[in-house]
Amino acid sequence: MTSAADANSDRSVLPITERYTLIGWVRRNLFSDTLNSLLTLAALAFLFIVASNLLRWAFVTAEWGVIPANFNLIMRGQYPATEAWRLWLVIYLLGAVVGSSWRLLSGKFSGAARLLIAIPFVLMLIPFFSMATRLNLVITAAASAAGFFITGYLPIQRRGRTAAYLLLAYLVVMLILLQGVGAEEGPMPPVAPILWGGLLLSLLLAFFGITLSFPLGVALALGRQSKLPAIRVMSVIYIEFIRGVPLISLLFMGQVMLQLFLPDGFPLVDRVLRALVAITLFSAAYTAENVRGGLQSISRGQYEAANALGLSTYQSTIHIILPQALRAVIPVLVGQFISLFKDTTLVALVGIFDLLGIARTILANPDWLGTQQEVYAIIAVLFWIFSYSMSYASRRLEQRLGVGQR
Amino acid sequence: MKSMRKLNKVGMILSMVIGMIIAACMSPAAGPEVVESDEAAAPAMQETQSTLSIVQERGKLVCIGNSQLPGFGFLDSEGNFTGFDVDYCRAIAAAIFGDANALEVRPATARERFTILSSGEGDVIIRNTTWTMSRDTDLGMNFGPTTFYDGQGLMVRKELGVSTLDDLQGASVCVITGTTTELNLADQFAAAGVDYEAVVFEDFDQSFTAYEEGRCDAVTTDKSSLVSRQTTLSVPADHVILGVTLSKEPLGPAVRHGDDQWFDLVNWVVYATMLAEEHGIDSTNVDSFMGSDDPNIRKLLGLEGDFCAKVGISNAGCFVDVITEVGNYAEIYNRNLGPDTVFDLPRGLNSLYTDGGILYAPPIR
Repeated sequence: MTSAADANSDRSVLPITERYTLIGWVRRNLFSDTLNSLLTLAALAFLFIVASNLLRWAFVTAEWGVIPANFNLIMRGQYPATEAWRLWLVIYLLGAVVGSSWRLLSGKFSGAARLLIAIPFVLMLIPFFSMATRLNLVITAAASAAGFFITGYLPIQRRGRTAAYLLLAYLVVMLILLQGVGAEEGPMPPVAPILWGGLLLSLLLAFFGITLSFPLGVALALGRQSKLPAIRVMSVIYIEFIRGVPLISLLFMGQVMLQLFLPDGFPLVDRVLRALVAITLFSAAYTAENVRGGLQSISRGQYEAANALGLSTYQSTIHIILPQALRAVIPVLVGQFISLFKDTTLVALVGIFDLLGIARTILANPDWLGTQQEVYAIIAVLFWIFSYSMSYASRRLEQRLGVGQR
Repeated sequence: MKSMRKLNKVGMILSMVIGMIIAACMSPAAGPEVVESDEAAAPAMQETQSTLSIVQERGKLVCIGNSQLPGFGFLDSEGNFTGFDVDYCRAIAAAIFGDANALEVRPATARERFTILSSGEGDVIIRNTTWTMSRDTDLGMNFGPTTFYDGQGLMVRKELGVSTLDDLQGASVCVITGTTTELNLADQFAAAGVDYEAVVFEDFDQSFTAYEEGRCDAVTTDKSSLVSRQTTLSVPADHVILGVTLSKEPLGPAVRHGDDQWFDLVNWVVYATMLAEEHGIDSTNVDSFMGSDDPNIRKLLGLEGDFCAKVGISNAGCFVDVITEVGNYAEIYNRNLGPDTVFDLPRGLNSLYTDGGILYAPPIR
């Protein structure tokens, strides 16, 4: 205690010039004594060696030509180039929906909103993008701005609900655009999901994996707490069975074995859908256990108070128990969803061209042999961007909901 | 207690709703892509329905292939399947439909390929598959004519001055674990009485990088991949692939046991590409042969006799379509592995028997 007090008093007597200058900070924290100075120097030397090697690789050795040459493949896989306009339309609409729901939910043109609208402009800086791509990015930014401002003039009462409907409508339109309608020669010929690939597929698998597994997981968590033996036992069996099996084996089952089990004449399910079902079923079991943790953290008093108010079980579950339980487990759930996003790369092992599958086929292209460092580096950066965005969004959500503060 | 029971109801209803959502996602209503799968549905009917009729009803061939082998199967930058093996898939599709693009390549790993074929989700494996006795018998495969004779080779640094296995006494060799490659290495070195140290890796990228970094004196895998990888080394001329071959790797198409018509069809499409080269017919000059008097050429091009009908092909173009759309053996080889590519792989055993190789197609008669 005394030494800490001494240190504090030491700091308080520092001359004002040293207290608030960089040199003062450096001297105090990095070179306070001999051992500290040695450690600082050693760490600096190490950092210098690593950074200079990394920079030399990135700017001298690496052959980045592989990325522009295969950029379309990385973004959309085998999705036909003639239909790429549909993907841009999906992105425009995404911009508009994000802008509009931002207005509905937050109302302000705050810092984060500026960050969002800046994304298309930052992407425009990527040197090898064509003028057409840049134009598409400008349109996306314009669409989100339009969504934001037009929504401001609309007399909308139930803002949250409208935003939810908007998102739902967007998902339907997006799937129709991606999938296509009508005849092979029509304006929007069908594109089978197995041709969707690259980043597009990774994001879709992660998004639908998360949104479908979440309600299933909540239902399983409630089922596991149920007093009805049949439901409880079935939930427990499901959860424990799925958790006892690696995801890759579920994927293999879906891809290879499913057709052997199904009855004769049963239509062949698209392989991407099979992978999505496997991911969803797998993730639901883990979600269930995380949510159960939240449910068990709710004190009995909450149930009893809800009962005393005359709420039905349904009402108390939906309005009292679940909101508190889910709020408590947001960090855990987001961690699980990020890991689900990264787990989607396993589909590359069953012959589906997600981001990793595309990377591996690019490496087999004779024109780009031996570029695994460059390709894997880019794939890693893409995964990092999306994983970090998810964890950033969840932190903001936690702040808004006051997790850990009340 | 009553409240808990109601809670159960909520759980039950929720799970039912979600179950229905999932069922809806999997149902045929999900999208037009399922239209084609209605016909594709019949793996279990294979006893009654021939593979060819399934393929024809489906309107396209499903070929179990590789998406990660340079020169043999990969996606080009436009997203099209390309490669030596893929070209043979295209040849079969061209023979049946007159359209080489009436094809879906189903990428598969080495392990799952036979299961996929057995389950009926694919019609033929053309995926650098080595013809071995156990696969031919236990796994219930029928192997078509070998399209590519490969063999396991060794690459070493030139400065070591190694030219035979005996020179590798005490050397360390980078090898992929759990493969026939590793076993062949052990067998051959034991037979030659040479001691070596195996440095094992999970995949060839790692194994080859280790060799490049000097962690082992030699690296081993199939010769065709060694050649393709040599071009990626910083100074390719500093390395040499030894003449010795550690194993026989005849690579070719495989189909299920029990459908002889389909087996014959695959065989004769492959033979047709070889016969076309033998007669000097390629995709550019095939039209000029349509007036030929040579009975062998007339039979190959369908001008005499009705040979394609014997394997059930109703497409009148048949082998002519194979040659126009895909080409003869030399064209397929040169396009993917030959002098115009980074591999520049010598034909070697893969030459016609008339040129010192062992490609020998039986006559069409």
